[in-house]
Amino acid sequence: MTSENIDGGKALIRALEKEGVEVMFGLPGGAILPVYDPIIDSTIRHILVRHEQGAGHMAQGYAQATGKPGVAMVTSGPAATNIVTPLCDAYLDSTPLVVITGQVPLAAIGTDAFQECDTTGITMGVTKHNFLVKDAQDIPRIVKEAFHIATTGRPGPVLIDLPKDIVDPNNPRSELDWVENPEMELPGYKPEKNIDLTAIENALELIQTSKRPVFYVGGGILKARAAEALRELVEITGIHVVTTLMARGAFPDSHELCLGMPGMHGNYTAVTSMQKADLLVALGARFDDRVTGKVDGFAPDAKIIHVDIDPAELGKVRKPDVAINGDCRLVIEAMVDLLRREESIQIDRSEWKSMISGWQERFPLTYEDSEPGSRLKPQYVLEQLRDLTPEDTIVASGVGQHQMWTSQYWSFDHPYTWINSGGLGTMGFSIPAAIGAKVGNPDRMVWAVDGDGCFQMTAQELVTSTVENVPIKVALLNNSYLGMVRQWQDMFYEERFSEVFLSDDVPNYKAWAESMGCVGIRVDSPEEVPEAIAKANEIEDRSVVIDFRTAPEERVYPMVPAGKDNSSIVVPPSQESQER
Amino acid sequence: MKKTQGNYTILVITVENKFGVLARVSGLFSRRGVNIKSLAVAPTDKAEFSRITVDLDIELEGVSLDQIINQLDKLINVVEIRALDPAESVERELMIVTVEAEASQRDELVDHLDKVGGKVLNIGTESMMLSLVETSSVIDDFESFLSSYGIVELQRTGRVALDSL
Repeated sequence: MTSENIDGGKALIRALEKEGVEVMFGLPGGAILPVYDPIIDSTIRHILVRHEQGAGHMAQGYAQATGKPGVAMVTSGPAATNIVTPLCDAYLDSTPLVVITGQVPLAAIGTDAFQECDTTGITMGVTKHNFLVKDAQDIPRIVKEAFHIATTGRPGPVLIDLPKDIVDPNNPRSELDWVENPEMELPGYKPEKNIDLTAIENALELIQTSKRPVFYVGGGILKARAAEALRELVEITGIHVVTTLMARGAFPDSHELCLGMPGMHGNYTAVTSMQKADLLVALGARFDDRVTGKVDGFAPDAKIIHVDIDPAELGKVRKPDVAINGDCRLVIEAMVDLLRREESIQIDRSEWKSMISGWQERFPLTYEDSEPGSRLKPQYVLEQLRDLTPEDTIVASGVGQHQMWTSQYWSFDHPYTWINSGGLGTMGFSIPAAIGAKVGNPDRMVWAVDGDGCFQMTAQELVTSTVENVPIKVALLNNSYLGMVRQWQDMFYEERFSEVFLSDDVPNYKAWAESMGCVGIRVDSPEEVPEAIAKANEIEDRSVVIDFRTAPEERVYPMVPAGKDNSSIVVPPSQESQER
Repeated sequence: MKKTQGNYTILVITVENKFGVLARVSGLFSRRGVNIKSLAVAPTDKAEFSRITVDLDIELEGVSLDQIINQLDKLINVVEIRALDPAESVERELMIVTVEAEASQRDELVDHLDKVGGKVLNIGTESMMLSLVETSSVIDDFESFLSSYGIVELQRTGRVALDSL
């Protein structure tokens, strides 16, 4: 093997190229300067963001939409702290990211140098793993390890902190012998699991003998690329499916066995079927508090089969009757395989099916049409958007009421078309995430559904979309309020609205959008909605922001109040008299 | 003062011998508000690995021990982790202590020290430095005994343990 002497900065970029990185999101600064120089000569496309948080969320949107790891690179100190939120977001939603941060030179670490912060210390609790590189020679190996850790097992964010002197070609410390195939040194990391076939047999026995089973499908199905396998399993068994906020699209909403989203703002049937089930088959789901409600009262009669790649999830919240530690796709394929070979037991579930269809008839998602002259109903806007955009449209949302309505009213028929911040609930997620998704899918239409509170947190990334030519479309559900907080104050704080009103007239979103190089449209009346969406769909050369003026008093229904169990689900007023 | 008698749990964690690993391990406890009673860390017979022995109160105030073990095991630098059953393991701890001891008190003190198998490390004009390698509960008792003399300075290492043969 010929040895080649290069510097750490070049080695980093070359190592990223070798990992197949096509695009990275970032913003340069002092400590990371030497790594930005070789980018000029690299095949990697760099998207220059306007705020480091944007770089992180773009990398997340890219990763969620493509399944490939998202890569972001920023400098030290404030840039590193600005990307902590996306790291934490990616950690909670198990999104594969590799984030590279600059660091002050090794000799300056610990001296309170300019733009110094303890990046690895700060990010320890919000990354799957992080590295402080102390020797340029380690760069090729650490990059390889970082991608391996980020993308295998339960995916997650990995951070590499790079002191300036080991990447600066003017510093002898940056010299290294390039290693084409470094050997990873991860003796404690064993993501492959041996699947326990006995446990699978036990699970199948429970599945086949249960009278009221539900597949409780979480984001792990998408991470495991298991949507097709799941569909086979569902169709063989004929068991209904709920898809959590993180799993929307993992099983098609249009399928007759799909019950939609469970949880705090899940639909009545999804929530109630779980609550009344005698068996929950959790596939890549983690019994999040927004799904279970009060844990003690969650699905009291249900036995639990829990399949997860992460052994720390098994029994974390609810003790499973059968625990299967493994990759969801492999486990489901093994289940399908066994079911195809065995004589299938056909248990009569007609009573359960009629209970489910009864709930679906009595408790559909519903809202009242807006009165003439009053503000738009957000649900109406979303129905129009859903019906007027291509079926494979990717939709990214922020956090709050608009997120819940989008999840409820959209029809997700393809995996990887729904991008949101589920675990951390990061306001401002949608615009950068939509940009990242569009970068990864330039031929697909990408809509961001945002609220006015969220929009004001990260809207500046629309400048990035204009300058970098990544056109997205933004449906701004603008109700002048921090809507979800308003809803809680409305329902649980005696309508005492504390610090939730933003403004009716500032900012001027149309003008703001235009100032960022986008097309801005304001929509006040229902008749204008389809026309505005059609116009936005036709614009391909720049981003579009539609300011939909929506009704602030609108609540997201149904709702399980915080701390209550799921049988306390609150339905919209028009359904209150329905038999439960 | 509460002593180390009663129920306890020993976690034995094999980790990569690298900077930052102890912070990752201890951070997992501190994030959950769990106090580590004692901690011993040193390289193993293989220089690239260290062995961490963590001594915890069994009462973890609602935190599941299994959960802590599972999550520690997820740390990339953790190679192996298990809980040692105190009944199935042999444990020792080292204490070194300086106690006030006038010449007239020394015979009695050394007599007691001999009975528990301790050693005199150093003798001053008004004090003595002693060491004792024993189980933590014997050390607790001896420490109580020494307090009547007046403890000047004391350091205990915390438990280390291996499986019984």
